[in-house]
Amino acid sequence: MSILIDNNTRVLCQGFTGSQATLHSEQAIAYGTNLIGGVTPGKGGTEHLSRPVFNTVREAVSQTRADASVIYVPAPFCKDSILEATEAGIQLIICITEGIPTLDMLRIKMAVDASGARLIGPNCPGVITPRECKIGIMPGDIHLPGKVGIVSRSGTLTYEAVKQTTDFGFGQSTCVGIGGDPIAGSSFIDILALFEADPCTEAIVMVGEIGGTAEEEAAAYIASHVTKPVISYIAGVTAPAGKRMGHAGAIVSGGSGSAEDKFAALEAAGITTVRSLTDIGRAIQERIGLTNDRIATI
Amino acid sequence: MNLHEYQAKAVFKSYGLPVSTGRVAESPEEAIKAAEEIGELTGESSWVIKVQVHAGGRGKAGGVKLASSLDEIREFASHWLGKRLVTIQTGEDGQPVDKVYIESLTDIDRELYLGAVIDRAERRIVFMASTEGGVEIEKVAAETPERILKTSIDPVVGAQAWQGRDLAFRLGLEGGQVREFASLFVNLARLFEDSDCSLVEINPLVVTRAGKVHCLDAKMSVDDNALFRQKALAAEADESQDDPREAEAARHGLNYVALSGNIGCMVNGAGLAMGTMDLVKLHGGEPANFLDVGGGATRETVAEAFKIILADDSVRAVLINIFGGIVSCRVIADGIIGAVKDVGVRVPVVVRFEGNHADQGRAALAESGLNIIAAASLGEAAEKAVAGAGSAA
Repeated sequence: MSILIDNNTRVLCQGFTGSQATLHSEQAIAYGTNLIGGVTPGKGGTEHLSRPVFNTVREAVSQTRADASVIYVPAPFCKDSILEATEAGIQLIICITEGIPTLDMLRIKMAVDASGARLIGPNCPGVITPRECKIGIMPGDIHLPGKVGIVSRSGTLTYEAVKQTTDFGFGQSTCVGIGGDPIAGSSFIDILALFEADPCTEAIVMVGEIGGTAEEEAAAYIASHVTKPVISYIAGVTAPAGKRMGHAGAIVSGGSGSAEDKFAALEAAGITTVRSLTDIGRAIQERIGLTNDRIATI
Repeated sequence: MNLHEYQAKAVFKSYGLPVSTGRVAESPEEAIKAAEEIGELTGESSWVIKVQVHAGGRGKAGGVKLASSLDEIREFASHWLGKRLVTIQTGEDGQPVDKVYIESLTDIDRELYLGAVIDRAERRIVFMASTEGGVEIEKVAAETPERILKTSIDPVVGAQAWQGRDLAFRLGLEGGQVREFASLFVNLARLFEDSDCSLVEINPLVVTRAGKVHCLDAKMSVDDNALFRQKALAAEADESQDDPREAEAARHGLNYVALSGNIGCMVNGAGLAMGTMDLVKLHGGEPANFLDVGGGATRETVAEAFKIILADDSVRAVLINIFGGIVSCRVIADGIIGAVKDVGVRVPVVVRFEGNHADQGRAALAESGLNIIAAASLGEAAEKAVAGAGSAA
């Protein structure tokens, strides 16, 4: 069991023949992802990576029954691509692209919500259910099937959390990068709800960072809705106010969004926090104990 | 990207927003000429002259002056042009003053505040208005939040005049001011969307003695992600207002923010870069910078990153933390070796590689014969960097 994706997920790639999409689609296919084809307008009817290419998402869906789409198209065209996917009935849209204008995201988010689809990202590493389905740019080989659900605003911080849960033998149920932009398709709360309902997920790692109030909102949600152990780390204690720290969403502004505020909110909600990035694995062990029995059977 | 007041006011003017008659000047002679031109248009002989920097708090720092003679204009311009203005919003070095803006004088009856930002939680453009204009709005929000009035813009239908009227009545405006304010509000919302703003602020928005609503100041920030379609605004960028190292880094596709510590950090990924800085601090050190080399790092960008980090004289050790996802540690290793040879590094360099081709990267560093300290884990890397900075200090 897992959340969002598994080995039955039929994945379509938008912007399929571009260089980034080609690189990551090759790796996804090698990982075992059921990548059924792609869309590049004007290249419909051809083949790429031994998969069919379609002109439109609607055409691809009608011929392949794709139920998830990954988007690698350049930022200026992402609004168009995401709206095309929702219109074609894709239920899970994962947008990897960084640099989408914030005003585009306001409108995208409204349209996606109205359609009932789920958007992950943008500006994220994607989603992976270990050894079943990899959608995105994360290195597959650091993952291990297991029981920890990981949700994070940052790509490489997710990899750190993955490595530690792998090294400790817990493995991951599913890892979800919700992205580093001010307006995200899915929030921590959206993903926490899925992990809470997933029988395979026994503990949840939530990796946040400075900027906005998503972690504070998640803390309140966890206190009232999540029964599973949650371990949280927040990056950016040393970040100065008013500066954009790489991610468009990572700015401490007007006295809100600081790492200390977030740690305080999480701790007040009874969530286990770690101040050191290197303590995530150990903190999980303290909460749920070290059990290697699952690993032995893999 | 931030605009100067004079640039923002030009945009305001093109949207029919009420601003004063103004001219920008880069020398005392230009300032005099500007004041004379404004005088001819208005028939008055008093002006406001303001330094143009990307920071608030100019008035308190002496960067704004009421002038009632051309001598005062000349004196102010001569004093400030070429100097740096330090305000509560700048660092201790301040911001360079390359331009001054001269405007006709406005008789003020009331000072209000009007601003707009993108509210992340609400996922809307949100307007804020207050009767407490001309002061720090953050302070008003913290101390008397009930004095901040808010209204949010529906992304589909846009700003509506009734929202402006509603704010106007609550601000205590009356008569024709209500319609003026409502029109200003709708136009400002249109400007915000058309220009892909992340922030627009008028502080103060004043009611003149003649009872007119008037924009005394103007602040605009444009979403960096939208500059590809805001070419006219992008061309207005003033790099002199940015930290020179940050601007240099940006030219090479690197995200760099200068800090005050002595441990230079080079990391892939923004979140991990912050996490690494925090770890340095936890181990008793102070990070000298935030630097994200990004997912597309090449030998060249790594070499540039090295140069930028080492250009900071206070750096006593360099910590390189790479979790190779897309980026190969082998490529990073080559970049480090090349840079260390090129630049001549005199401080300890600690490297932690994980992920994509980490073993090859470590091997390449070991074979290089250079004095590079390998760390087996992130914790160890932070420890060694802090120790290295301590011994080099």
